[in-house]
Amino acid sequence: MKSDISIKMARCKGCGICVAFCPKQVLALDELGKVRVVNGEACIACGQCELRCPDFAIFVDRVKEAAK
Amino acid sequence: MIERSYEKYFRQNHLPHLWCPGCGNGIAMKAIVQAIEKKPGFTQDNTVIVSGIGCSSRASGYMNFDTLHTAHGRAIPFATGIKLARPDLNVIVITGDGDCTAIGGNHFIHGCRRNVDLTVVLFNNNIYGMTGGQASPTTPVGKKATTAPYGSVDRTFDACKLAQAAGATYVARSTAYHVPHLVNMIAGGLDNKGFSFIEALVQCPTAYGRKNRMGSPANMMMWMRDNAVMKAAWDKLPDEKKTGEKFPIGLFYSQSDIDYDTAYDEVIERAGGAKK
Ligand SMILES: Cc1ncc(C[n+]2csc(CCOP(=O)(O)OP(=O)(O)O)c2C)c(N)n1
Ligand code: SF4
Ligand code: SF4
Ligand code: SF4
Ligand SMILES: [Mg+2]
Repeated sequence: MKSDISIKMARCKGCGICVAFCPKQVLALDELGKVRVVNGEACIACGQCELRCPDFAIFVDRVKEAAK
Repeated sequence: MIERSYEKYFRQNHLPHLWCPGCGNGIAMKAIVQAIEKKPGFTQDNTVIVSGIGCSSRASGYMNFDTLHTAHGRAIPFATGIKLARPDLNVIVITGDGDCTAIGGNHFIHGCRRNVDLTVVLFNNNIYGMTGGQASPTTPVGKKATTAPYGSVDRTFDACKLAQAAGATYVARSTAYHVPHLVNMIAGGLDNKGFSFIEALVQCPTAYGRKNRMGSPANMMMWMRDNAVMKAAWDKLPDEKKTGEKFPIGLFYSQSDIDYDTAYDEVIERAGGAKK
């Protein structure tokens, strides 16, 4: 994984903006209507989800492969 | 995860905010605090956030500064008062398209005319969001609202052109899709000593989007991506290509001119000086 995705679940309203703008289909909405990481390995840490989330609920940090 | 540095600018105990899922107001509010963060001269102690009434104007309640949530349409007069009493403070106004260009339209043009040193950020969602979707002066002709079920017939205000014509000295537009650009447009306004106006297009999926069948919040942002044209490209575009729903974004106007506090100081001097 190239990235560390953190979610502040209490803030997420399940609007789907992050899901729609993720270029790698990393994210999906779960049955409760909240964001979920479904394919974390595919994340390229582009930050589109964090940039566009209107609720400041999702954060992506780049991590070095060696550090894991 | 490292906590984001802008979080200190939010009143944590008031989040999550009350805006609907996918509402663009959160994006514009974050852009404002990120612009503030770029400016060492702007601190939580010397910056005041003033807003009117509307969904957009609720932003002041979430921002960890000295804040003033005022009356509908009246944010600019309150802000003018603060700036006259305390010229040392940075004053930022958050307003909506109804707040700024309908009920507050007169205050808006005269704030521009006086060149009061304010930074006014208009969250333009093309509708009265808070009261359920009545048409506003920025509802495009033909678009639907509860008060325009067959499409609005009233011609649309271009708030940027209005601000420039009325005397604002910094005028820019961006959208909730163009986040880094929006941050830069606001930051430029914070630098200008005079009336700065930044129109931020934001999606209102609940009222405007639903009435006009614009799809999901993400779809509304894709509409911004597909229709906004950077000013440099827009200026080169022949008129016959400025069609459909295309609109320009960017810095439209920037001009240095005497601001209201300075003009007032001069008149005080002419009148014999202030009592010390
Ligand atoms: C004096 C007065 N008139 C009318 C209202 C009702 N009212 C509240 S918000 C609003 C419109 C807000 O529209 P806008 O400024 O575009 O804000 P939005 O909710 O779309 O962000 C109106 C008419 C009011 N609160 N006060
Ligand atoms: S954009 Fe934010 S609020 Fe919307 S679904 Fe994603 S994390 Fe949740
Ligand atoms: S950082 Fe980019 S690739 Fe990773 S989840 Fe977010 S949008 Fe998708
Ligand atoms: S009604 Fe519209 S503007 Fe108001 S919070 Fe909901 S989406 Fe946002
Ligand atoms: Mg509005």
